[in-house]
Amino acid sequence: MARVVVDPVTRIEGHLRIEAVVENGVITDAFSAGTMIRGLEKILIGRDPRDAWAITERVCGVCTTVHALASVRSVEDALGIAVPPTAELIRNIMMATLYVQDHVVHFYHLHALDWVDIVNALKADPKKAAELAQSFSKWDKNTPAYFSSVQDKIKSFAASGLGIFANGYWGHPAYKLPPEVNLIAVAHYLDALEWQKEIVKIHAVFGGKNPHPNYLVGGVPCSIDADEVAAINSERLNLVARLISQADEFVNQVYIPDLLAVASFYKDWAKWGGGLKNYLSYGEYPTKGYGQPESFKYPRGVVLNRDLSHVYPVNPRDSQEIKEYIASSWYSYDGGNDVGIHPWAGETKINYTGPKPPFETLEGFAKYSFLKTPRWKENPMEVGPLARLLVAYASGHTDVQELVKDTLGKLSVPVDALFSTLGRTAARGLDAALAMIWLKEFFAELMGRVKTRETSTFNGERWEPKSWPAEAEGVGLVEAPRGSLAHWIKIKDGKIDNYQLVVPTTWNGSPRDAKGQRSSFEASLIGTPVANIEMPVEIIRTIHSFDPCLACAVHLYDPQGKHLHQVSFE
Amino acid sequence: MGLSIWQSMQQKGYSRRDFLQFCAAAATAAGLGQSAVGQVVSAFEKKEKPAVVWMHFQECTCCSESFIRSSHPIVVDALLDVLSLNYTETLMAASGFQAEKSLNDTIKNNKGKYIVLVEGAVPTKDGGVYCMIGGKTAESILQTVAADAAAVVAWGSCASNGCVQAAKPNPTGATPIHKLVDKPVINVPGCPPIADVMMAVVTHLLVLGQVPALDSLGRPKEFYGRRVHDTCYRRPNYDAGLFVESFDDENARKGYCLYKMGCRGPVTYNACSVVKWNEGTSYPIQSGHGCIGCSEEGFWDNGPFYQHLASFPGFGIESTADTVGTVVGIATVAGVAAHAVVTNIRKRSVIAEVHAEDQKES
Repeated sequence: MARVVVDPVTRIEGHLRIEAVVENGVITDAFSAGTMIRGLEKILIGRDPRDAWAITERVCGVCTTVHALASVRSVEDALGIAVPPTAELIRNIMMATLYVQDHVVHFYHLHALDWVDIVNALKADPKKAAELAQSFSKWDKNTPAYFSSVQDKIKSFAASGLGIFANGYWGHPAYKLPPEVNLIAVAHYLDALEWQKEIVKIHAVFGGKNPHPNYLVGGVPCSIDADEVAAINSERLNLVARLISQADEFVNQVYIPDLLAVASFYKDWAKWGGGLKNYLSYGEYPTKGYGQPESFKYPRGVVLNRDLSHVYPVNPRDSQEIKEYIASSWYSYDGGNDVGIHPWAGETKINYTGPKPPFETLEGFAKYSFLKTPRWKENPMEVGPLARLLVAYASGHTDVQELVKDTLGKLSVPVDALFSTLGRTAARGLDAALAMIWLKEFFAELMGRVKTRETSTFNGERWEPKSWPAEAEGVGLVEAPRGSLAHWIKIKDGKIDNYQLVVPTTWNGSPRDAKGQRSSFEASLIGTPVANIEMPVEIIRTIHSFDPCLACAVHLYDPQGKHLHQVSFE
Repeated sequence: MGLSIWQSMQQKGYSRRDFLQFCAAAATAAGLGQSAVGQVVSAFEKKEKPAVVWMHFQECTCCSESFIRSSHPIVVDALLDVLSLNYTETLMAASGFQAEKSLNDTIKNNKGKYIVLVEGAVPTKDGGVYCMIGGKTAESILQTVAADAAAVVAWGSCASNGCVQAAKPNPTGATPIHKLVDKPVINVPGCPPIADVMMAVVTHLLVLGQVPALDSLGRPKEFYGRRVHDTCYRRPNYDAGLFVESFDDENARKGYCLYKMGCRGPVTYNACSVVKWNEGTSYPIQSGHGCIGCSEEGFWDNGPFYQHLASFPGFGIESTADTVGTVVGIATVAGVAAHAVVTNIRKRSVIAEVHAEDQKES
């Protein structure tokens, strides 16, 4: 028996530590630990609710915008503000843009090196690589000269040290791609790195910058006027149109073909990494307002036990549905270690009881993470692109069903293949393809509204705090690229009285709950073979398939400051 | 190992002409101008690709994300040709002890020569348990990495001044890098900093082997020497007393000044309105939202963001500027002059405070 520690887990956002128990070459137990905390929820208390989007946006710069959106939705929900349809379209365009950018960057820059051996790409025949690439994509850049120049680049780079590629698990027998596919993927890794800076210019147009564009309670901060140089006008819209068509080309001629090509060599990964059998999605892309979830592109709901014949409703306001536990987390509750608490009513005291650093292992510590453990009706849930697709599939969304069936057909694998590491990575590609379709749709609708001059972007009726009730509470739900994200806010006398975030990686990466139930990361590792514990590429593959975001997942919550005196900060 | 940039370009079949063009582009990117091309050429002929490590502490990775948005040079060229980025948790292939090996090897093999880029603040409360990597505290890692570094760059507001986690009540004791390491730190604040500014700072260091000229807060003067307000294209509206009164009102569509919507441009030193964001696409004010002052120390506690500056304690004099909107033409000149004086006084007192604090600590 061996305990394998991977820390830092790289090519993710934030600080994650995985400890896995390997017996006879197979993982039999696993522990997922978030090892950084900043205390943002505590910092939010007492501030202007209209500022919360900016503070919470800084939870994460990788999935920038998602917390800003959850925050403005929570405040609008609390104060009964409906945003104008044009503002909703712009928010949808920003979100779909993020889906596409984030998933492409995840595939090439965070996940690909688990499957693609960059050193092996040097052995490829560029001519054969071009023939192969042309057989599955019509992208006009895929020529022998292109692959040959990329290979030369990598050769000379390798000769002067490998920089960010040094000390990878190169040559590990788990890497199965032929040299030509490796070369194609490496070439597109470099192209994707160049392209990702383009699509986010859409955020800069509507929000002024990326990362961290601007949001606004009641709408969006930009104004539209086709007759003004300083507003969103034809020039700005032309730029967005060009960026969208460029993104469409990249997703459909590069990302999706590469994903399928790589996946076809790793079908054995449809057997491993499945983990939990429950899937949660809050739904996303409102088309008739945030208050009408039945109009969302992605539906809201829960699938239990992989039963795709039934979808359970989700109510974020019900104190019995979503609760957070701290049985294995470095916090304490007044009501004891084993209770779960709904975000609106919660309490938390940070209480680090782990080993004194420097340490070698967390083994033997009942509490081992700064992440809390959220549960839906006591059930651990997987969230993310796979969960979204499964909830949409089970809800009878025909566009999703067709896309999923078509992809499974192309890979010639059964539906069960979805419940795996491979399925999760493939689902992310389909999620991007759908976002691309919707991005074009939202933009066309926006152009329609510009044409008819229905361009109001801000509802200021409840902008001034004097128009607010003395007390209000709201919840902002978002399907972020990484999964279900929600902010719960309580407002009192114009100020934030209470603020709680439950984020995708808290669902997926949290430690065990009071009943000892594992969350997604831990559950998905069990049963996975590890060929060489010195080079545990198998652990990295499955963990990366979730696209972890630890800065999002770790937070400190303190309602009304009532437990301040017990917090051991000094 | 150890090829000069010119040698490595020769190896790849580039001509001397290509090389000189590359040097000219690099000089421009570093804000050096054509006169410095000769210097750049000789630097690139002599220098090895410098070893760089990028540390991640209490942060949100927006600085890394911003860095890869760079347009000149694009990040692929920087990673492959300009520097040898041997450690960055966001992009590196290696994980776990192989990642630590990349870091340790770089420190060992490049003593006194490598550059440390730091993203994130360092929590110092309770023995540093609020940020641990590989079982070690962020603070202990920082000290080890900085000890033999040729230069330390603090990326973004987290590393430069603490940023969001250091906002009141700073629950984890988040501390900026310059207060922890015993050598000069180049502060590149912003949440995040502008991509092309980050790349220019790197190029300045690596191409010339020189620290760019810094102001008294350790910021490169070339990018943090002017207020957003003074270089803003909406500034004439301020001077003329033309203000946005509500988001998306008629004045907003005309691009009037966002001062009354809480814009922090008048007290924020950054290059946003000159360099702009995302290859010059826009910047916050251009998109219709005020500057939130994200490159200034303590900006999170300088709110609420939508309350305009004049009502702040110590800023009463700016109420003159505020009345400009209603009494057009009368107070304009006095208002502008007064507000320029006030921000300069304020900046001088900020600098004095920092010095006093530094003296206390030393």
